[in-house]
Amino acid sequence: MPLTNVAITYTSGEQVEVYRFSLPATILIPLTAVFLQAWLPLHFSFFNIFDLPLLVTIGFATARRNPLAGLFTGAAIGILQDALTHQPIGLYGISKTVVGFGASSLGIKLDVENAGARFLLTIFFYGVHEVVRFSIARGLVGLHIAWSWPHELISGVANAILGVFVFMLLDRVKQRT
Amino acid sequence: MDVLGRYRNLIVLVGVLFAQVLGLAVQVKRTTDSESTRLIRVWAVGTITPLEKALVWVQTSTSYVWHNYFYLRGVRAENRSLKQEIEQMRLQQVRMSQDADQAHRLQALLAFKEQFISQTMAAQVIGGSGSEQSRSVFIDKGYADGIRPDMAVITADGVVGKIWHADPLNRHVAQVLLIDDQSSGVGGILDKSRLQGIVRGTPSGEVVLEKVMSDETVPAGEVVLTSGGDGIFPKGLLVGHVTKVAPGSELFLNIRLRPAANLNKLEEVLVVTKIDQRQAQPDQAGPARAVDILAERLPTVPPKPESTEKPAEKTAGGETAAPKTGTNLAKPPGAAASAAPDSANKPNVAPKLTPKVAPPQASANGSAATTNPTKTPSAPRPLTTTPPAAGQATATTPAPKPVKAATTPKPQTTVEDAPH
Repeated sequence: MPLTNVAITYTSGEQVEVYRFSLPATILIPLTAVFLQAWLPLHFSFFNIFDLPLLVTIGFATARRNPLAGLFTGAAIGILQDALTHQPIGLYGISKTVVGFGASSLGIKLDVENAGARFLLTIFFYGVHEVVRFSIARGLVGLHIAWSWPHELISGVANAILGVFVFMLLDRVKQRT
Repeated sequence: MDVLGRYRNLIVLVGVLFAQVLGLAVQVKRTTDSESTRLIRVWAVGTITPLEKALVWVQTSTSYVWHNYFYLRGVRAENRSLKQEIEQMRLQQVRMSQDADQAHRLQALLAFKEQFISQTMAAQVIGGSGSEQSRSVFIDKGYADGIRPDMAVITADGVVGKIWHADPLNRHVAQVLLIDDQSSGVGGILDKSRLQGIVRGTPSGEVVLEKVMSDETVPAGEVVLTSGGDGIFPKGLLVGHVTKVAPGSELFLNIRLRPAANLNKLEEVLVVTKIDQRQAQPDQAGPARAVDILAERLPTVPPKPESTEKPAEKTAGGETAAPKTGTNLAKPPGAAASAAPDSANKPNVAPKLTPKVAPPQASANGSAATTNPTKTPSAPRPLTTTPPAAGQATATTPAPKPVKAATTPKPQTTVEDAPH
């Protein structure tokens, strides 16, 4: 479907489907995402442009459509990701908290079940994630993070493409409430 | 109450964000990890690294079985070529060990303190940080294996980084900060010009050499070694090669490097667990005189072939005179010893060769000094000498030495400064 014809429909709270994930899926999927994010770039350096934990955060948040669940899931995944770096804990935590909250709030308002909407949603939240992280790293921690528009644009599109497939996988394990 | 219920989500969001910002601010203020953040890291590493270790084990086992039991094509040919290579290297070893001995004696004269890597531990890289901004990797050796923070990590190709975290709670895992991370720093020295600087990573993942003045000339391709000034990396380890030099800010050059070790494809590394520092001792029993050492290096010509060419000028002692160009020519075994007393008495030869100690390149490969009259020419040695057994050749080497470390006396130091 061409991207220009993506149907993003406004729906009321009653119309949207709300899903949940089983406890093993809730624990194992984020762990697997963080694990793959740490392991794959060692063998395939191009994988650095992807952010699998971010895609899982967005996927969980949009499926559950619960802002509180979204923000806590985002915070947990982000802090886990932070703990593997040598930088202060909270950079990914804060940005993924914001993304989790935003994605679940938007999930209530919009139909995010089709691939086109998911593609655009991922690009948007990838941008939000990077802006928040960049601001905190520069403003609060004093880190010099390089900001390159072409790099961010390519990463955003690459994550959005991968996100479509990740969301399809998540669709298989989510359960209707 | 109704307002609280309506904005409940927003209030929780603000609360969670505030808590994280507060935690971040506390971490930035502190130089070391607090107990809470340390525990978070320990739990996270303890959760993720077993998976990585298991996967690496499966990968290594599969690769081992494949390469050792199935894929053996061309092994015979490879074995043959390796044997030939070993023969060549044995010959080279004889020559280099003699050079090393000579450098060792010179170092002893200069009261030169040597650093030796006396103990290393091999470790396997099991995972990364998962972030482009944090260039670090995890290895499968940790606190229980004797790994401690700030130990140097190297490969056969060059410097990799240093140990960042080695926690007693994660006994068999340690985190290595790579040299291309922006928070890393390695004391570096340019091999030929001996200019010193700091090797750092940039936010974009490049490696640069900082603090080299802009009025200096640094050619592309020049080798950068560790200077030993940081107290972590022993002197003389290969860091990388200069790829680009441009004027930088604040009177310093902007020198970009290509790391010698492939930091994007790390599989196995060596952690330097022990470095010895001791003053060089001369191998021989009596004190060596600088003039004797220099005399040994005097070039001579090989035995005159039976030909009809014009006979060479004879010295007082009946030896063939050395050419003044310092050409590196082969001489028969024992010629150096017989030439030494003669040359020591020649006032016009010794001063010409005394100004500088041969730089590491000159003594390491034995070729750099052949065209530079200000440098001591390498002692010519016939490559046809029958090599001694491997054990015999290495017995003269006191300990495993870092790359080029043992043969790096300061070029500015003159032999005259040495105590006689």
